[in-house]
Amino acid sequence: MNSVSLSSFAACGLMIACGVTLLLERSLVRVLAGVILLGNGVNLLIVTAGGDAGGPPFVGAAGMADPLPQAMVLTAIVITLGVSAFLLALVHRSWQLTGSDEVQDDTEDRRVRLRARRGELGDALRARQDAYRRLIVEQRAELANMEAEQAERERLEEADLERRIARVHTELEQWMRELRHEGMSEEELQHRFEEVGLREDAGAMSNMERIEQLREEHARGRREQAARERELRRAIKARQREARRQLRQAIREERERQALAQDPELEGDDS
Amino acid sequence: MNGPTPLEGLVCVPVLLPLLAAGVKLAIGGRLRRLQSLISLVTLGVSLSVSVVLLIAADTQGPQVTELGGWPAPIGISLVADRLSTLVLVVSLAVTLCVMVYSVTNAYDEQEHDAPMAIFHPAFLVMVAGVADAFLAGDLFNLFVAFELLLSGSYVLLTFGGTESRIRAGATYTLMALASSMLFLIAIAVSYGATGTLSLAQLAERFATLPDQVKLLVELTLLLAFAIKAAIFPMSAWLPDSYPTAPAPATAVFAGLLTKVGVYSIIRLEALLFPGGPVSTLLMWVALATMLTGVLGAVAQTDMKRMLSFTLVSHIGYMVFGVALSTVAGLAGAVFYVVHHITVQTSLFLVAGLVERRTGTTSVSRLGGLMRASPLLAVLFFVPAMNLSGIPPMSGFLGKLMLVQAGLARGGWLPVTLVAAGLVTSLLTLYAIAKTWGKAFWRGSRSDRVGRVLESEEHTGEDPTVTTTALPVALPAAVAALVVLGLSFTVLAGPLSGLAQRAAGELMARQPYITAVLERLR
Repeated sequence: MNSVSLSSFAACGLMIACGVTLLLERSLVRVLAGVILLGNGVNLLIVTAGGDAGGPPFVGAAGMADPLPQAMVLTAIVITLGVSAFLLALVHRSWQLTGSDEVQDDTEDRRVRLRARRGELGDALRARQDAYRRLIVEQRAELANMEAEQAERERLEEADLERRIARVHTELEQWMRELRHEGMSEEELQHRFEEVGLREDAGAMSNMERIEQLREEHARGRREQAARERELRRAIKARQREARRQLRQAIREERERQALAQDPELEGDDS
Repeated sequence: MNGPTPLEGLVCVPVLLPLLAAGVKLAIGGRLRRLQSLISLVTLGVSLSVSVVLLIAADTQGPQVTELGGWPAPIGISLVADRLSTLVLVVSLAVTLCVMVYSVTNAYDEQEHDAPMAIFHPAFLVMVAGVADAFLAGDLFNLFVAFELLLSGSYVLLTFGGTESRIRAGATYTLMALASSMLFLIAIAVSYGATGTLSLAQLAERFATLPDQVKLLVELTLLLAFAIKAAIFPMSAWLPDSYPTAPAPATAVFAGLLTKVGVYSIIRLEALLFPGGPVSTLLMWVALATMLTGVLGAVAQTDMKRMLSFTLVSHIGYMVFGVALSTVAGLAGAVFYVVHHITVQTSLFLVAGLVERRTGTTSVSRLGGLMRASPLLAVLFFVPAMNLSGIPPMSGFLGKLMLVQAGLARGGWLPVTLVAAGLVTSLLTLYAIAKTWGKAFWRGSRSDRVGRVLESEEHTGEDPTVTTTALPVALPAAVAALVVLGLSFTVLAGPLSGLAQRAAGELMARQPYITAVLERLR
């Protein structure tokens, strides 16, 4: 029974271990080095398994080494050579195409990542929609506020007007009562009153005119206010439309970009 | 030493003829296209007829053995044609012939101008030679060389055209294959160190005398190497990643043959070298995991080719299950299933290729209305799809039935669990397939969507007018021939399962094989 050299076994183990470590790398060049190391380690294992080195063939026929492992190793070496050459070509082509020799992620990984990116995009979209909705609500509240203020102002003005009219009436009553008290006859009073009435009328007319004027002014103010509000509403609507358009545009662009980025065999369920 | 009989001399033809043709084609280069196609077809046709003759001879007269160069085993290289290897060989070559007809018509050389016919055909033939050699190999090292032959052919086919996705997939594929080859070599070295031979017949005799631990070590290493090739569960992730990127005829052959070579090797290993070993339970667990993970992956896919790749992985589980039962009935079921699956999976991938050629995509979410656009395609996809998912009375059902019966006959909770898992897998396969078929073929057409796809996929170099022109007649004809072959297994189920039973019986008996190889030595 032949003994087997421990050192060559250790060398096999070392080479195979290094080869496997390199095989786990991402860079294809390192992987190639790993393949070569691994191949040589395994070849050495076959030779070692074939037993001790014997005497020279033909001359010392007695202790000839087993030729079969050597033939196998030769075959294995040739095969490893061919595959290494192929791998090298693969590395070169990969470098030509992508500018790196890294092993790319597989399709499933990329699909998962794509789905995550779609999710992020969707979140961003929802966030923008929410912000936009909040903006609209705020603007509506502002508008309602303005309307309420306006109504309050009008109410105050009307109340003021009525108070003034009431004062005029009470003054008139008082004046007539004083005159009657002074003993002025009804007729005279009537006359005076008419006189004063005429005078007052003129004043009242102007007063009425002023009220009318005030009312008109007020109405104009309201119209202007309404026009401004309409304008504001239109502006808001336009801004809404614009924002929607931009949003749609952004979504479309993102979809197109994703479609372009996708491989023909890398398709998510986007329908 | 007797000279080989004429019949036995034929054993090397399926290996040598394609290799020779590949050499001739490499010498011709890119010229004489018609002659080249003719050479390929004639080569495969002759190989097929020879292997049919061998099948009949192996079935009637026992294993046929050729020793190359007249050197007897274990020094010389012997090729052994027994029932199992010739049966698988006949089916493989028939399938390859159909795929060759398809690829000659498809004229990939014209569509992809940077990858000429001068490369596709030789690589294809080298791969076929490797597959034939793997089936016929009579010793472990020859099996290794056969693997390397078929792998180097497949490396070229997979990275065909050198596009980015194919280079990426090719790197993964090549490295996985290399890792498995290295494991295989280590196992070879250990076996040789332990037994001093690599001839399968002699190994079968000498392993019996080895200590159990050594036997188990060698068995597990070999099993690991073959399991990577066959894409069995923990080592199956590379397959759905790399296969769908290759050109359609290449993917079809890969799916049909390459994994089955791994399964074939496992059958040989378990039946001939390590009968009744302790790994049977391990294999059952692995088969269970392979079936379920594969089919669950298939359900989640939206791309037709990727979905098919996952079902491919899943159905490898059935064959492993048959092997793990280590009964004659189980092995017979596995052999029958191998034969059925080679045909069906190849035809499905070819139809996916037709769909891609017709529409420019295989993404199910973009396809639609193919039923109306091309009823023939729909039928061609539907029949093997139903066959795959095991609708009676097709061969998929028969193969599953054989396995189920074998599993129930074996008894015990694990085989029965596996039978149940097999039925669930079958159901889920039907679901995945029906989903794909419904979306791609049955639902209404979305012409605007297809139009958009065509625009965005201009980089594939597909002419948009392809969608409106009909396919060349020979393309669907080649696929139809495969589909009919798949259906004929139903008609010929009696003789075929009989043959599978006999092959399994021969495998379990072991002695006919060993005697046939070693009789010259004694």
